[in-house]
This record gives sequence, C-alpha cells and structure tokens, in this order.
Amino acid sequence: MDEYPAKLNEIVEALSLISDQQERRDILIDYAERYKEVPPEIAMRPFSEENKVPFCESGVYVWTIRQAEGTLKFYFAVENPQGISARAMSAILDATLSGERPESIIKVNEDLVYKIFGQSLSMGKNMGLTGIVQRVIRDSRKFL
Amino acid sequence: MAEIKDRGYVNSDVLVSTDWVAEHLNDKDVRIIESNEDQLLYSTGHVLGAVHVDWTVDLNDPVRRDYLQREGFEKLMSRIGVTPEMTVIFYGDKNNWWACYAYWVFQLFGHKNAKVMDGGRIKWQNEKRELNKEIPRYSATEYKAPDRDDKKIRAFRDQVFEHVNNNLALVDVRSPEEYSGKRLHMPDYPNEGALRGGHIPRAKNIPWAKAVNLNDGTFKTAEELKTIYEKENNLKPDDNIIAYCRIGERSSHTWFVLKNLLGYKNVRNYDGSWTEWGNLVNVPIEK
Repeated sequence: MDEYPAKLNEIVEALSLISDQQERRDILIDYAERYKEVPPEIAMRPFSEENKVPFCESGVYVWTIRQAEGTLKFYFAVENPQGISARAMSAILDATLSGERPESIIKVNEDLVYKIFGQSLSMGKNMGLTGIVQRVIRDSRKFL
Repeated sequence: MAEIKDRGYVNSDVLVSTDWVAEHLNDKDVRIIESNEDQLLYSTGHVLGAVHVDWTVDLNDPVRRDYLQREGFEKLMSRIGVTPEMTVIFYGDKNNWWACYAYWVFQLFGHKNAKVMDGGRIKWQNEKRELNKEIPRYSATEYKAPDRDDKKIRAFRDQVFEHVNNNLALVDVRSPEEYSGKRLHMPDYPNEGALRGGHIPRAKNIPWAKAVNLNDGTFKTAEELKTIYEKENNLKPDDNIIAYCRIGERSSHTWFVLKNLLGYKNVRNYDGSWTEWGNLVNVPIEK
C-alpha cells in the first residue's frame, strides 16, 4: 500500500473492496455532490491561467494556500458543468489532503486516479484527472 | 440556430433535435443511447429511458486493442433491447464526441438506423429538460449482426502509411499543442501514451471542436463547415481522407461531420491514431 495520508488511505482502501462498478460510481457521485467551488475571498472569475490544470478538459483550477500551522489547504474550481469526475476528484483531494503537511502530500502518486476510479477510464479522462493530482503534488513541493 | 433540415447538410437525417427526442421518449421503435467520456454522468441522471453504452466496457475487446466482434455486438444490442429495425439515437457529453464514436462503431456493424441528438447532453440540460436516474430494463432482443466491416470507414496503420506515400489527405483533429508535439514535452504533465510528438506528414490540423457551436453543442451549418474544411483547409468532397486523433474518438466526430453532414464519400477513421503512430519505429513524423 502506498504511504498516502491517512484520510486518503481510508478512501482508497474502502474503494478497493468494491467490485461492483455501479456502487463505485454512486460513491464517486456522492463525492462530486460535496464539491465546493473556490470561495471569492480566494479567487474570482476570470480565474488566472496560472491556476489552471493544463489539458484537463473539464477546466479545473487549483489554489494552494499555506496555513498558519504549516499545513496546506486546497481549493478547486471545475468549470465544466458536466465534469462530474473532476468534481469528485477535487472533493476527495480537498477532503483528504487539505490540512496535511506538504511532506505528506508529495507521497501521493499518479496511481491514485486508477485506485479511485477503477481501471476502465478513458485515456483522456485519466490524463485530465492525473493532471489534477499532479498539480496538487507540484504545488505542495513548493512549500517544502 | 436554424432547424436541422435548413442547415444545408447533405444528409440531415443523421441528426435529430432535442425536441424530436422529447417527443419520442416512449416510442417503441426508438432506443436512446447515452455515451460519455465521463463515466459518472449517466448515473447522475439521463434522458428518460436512455440506456448507457460505455465505450471502454461495451465497445472494446477486453483483451486486444480492437473493437468488439460480431458476437459481442449482438450481445450488446440484445442487452440494450435493440433490434436491427429500431432507430438508435446517440447523445452524450463533450459536444457528442463520444456519441459520435459509438455511432461510428455501430456503423462497423452496419446498423443503418442511427442518428445523433444535435447538441447532446449539454443542450438537453441547458433546456432544463428532465434527467432521470432510473435505469431502464428492456426485454432482450434477438439481434443478428453481420461480421464487422472495417474496410469502408476504418483505416489501419499500413493503409495510413500508403496514404502518406500517395500524398492523400489526412486530418489531425487534435489540439495545436498535440499536433506540434509541444504537449508531449511539457514537464510535470500527464504522458500522452506516445514516445514521439508531432503529426503524420502533411496532415492538416483541424481540431474536432471547430465543427460545433460551443454555446449549445450543436453542429455548425453546412456553409460554416465548408468554410472550415474546404476554404480554410482545401479539402474537397471527392478527396480520399483519413482522420485521426489520439485513439480515434475525437476523429470519429470529424468523420461524422465529413461523411454525413458534408457528404464526403471516402472518409476513414484511423483509430490507432497517435498512440500507435507516435510509438511506431521508423515512420515519418513532422513537427
């Protein structure tokens, strides 16, 4: 098992026990419904291209803020209203990595996308979701 | 936007409007099929009675890089309750990108009564039409399909190689960054699944989404499409054309436009696309 932060590990382990694809979808949709857009005190439209995840076709933006105790807080915006998977990914990353220290977050790797969404992702979708994860890792490295 | 029949398409029958679909939700001779890139979308709600066709699970061979064979297609059609006589209506996300892909695969098996809902899912949603979460169950059908016919609308790498050598028309429908090879070399970004970047020599770069109106996902008029493909890129209706992208999904959208809306006679989709060509040893590449 990868050394993911504890909350992320919980989700990955729970999803690893699910063999029914529809059950996995329902869980991910539930996460997508918990997605919260970046608040206006952090960023307002038009969002900066600097925060955009390149090549993610759902138009995802990421903001990474260092908190007083040295942990990080992630904010997301998913501009494509049909980007349900991107919303689920963003909500999971926020729920599990916000509040963690950068040295823990950089242990996350790209395999996370398949562990969460399963193996039957299209290449384009996988690349887009991987781009979100990579962006979070890259931002975290800046705070080491 | 003008009515579909007034847009000047050579074959306007391949498109239906959202109004038409709304009027045929209970038509027993019609099966509505949602096909998306985002696997979660269908489960969040779909057109009433629509079945889900997932390209990774339903349209591909589970082992080889290929589409399903005749037996697999028959099973799929039986499962979703389609007979050869029924009209299937495809729609989906990403401006019908995946709907056109499914449509193209269905044509490999000669299912003629197939159409695409103009505007796809985004137009349906923007019009505040109902989305339903209930998974429909249809009685299994007996569907006898012919063997898959790859000759007319599908191209393989050797044919593409020959095409290049004969200076015939190629359309690369990927983004300019992919076409130029720039994207493959950007650090910290996802790998595209190819060892080399660039494009097949002399391919014209016409990104697939140019064919749609981005505000509502509908197809542009024939005149607008002719401007893009013929005036700006010198394609002609009689050209022998091969379209490609990364794995053949976006190019199936362009294939749909050229073949059906503009009536080009000889258009094939190279589904091996860049993930094959960009990994082949000693094939010509331009940047």
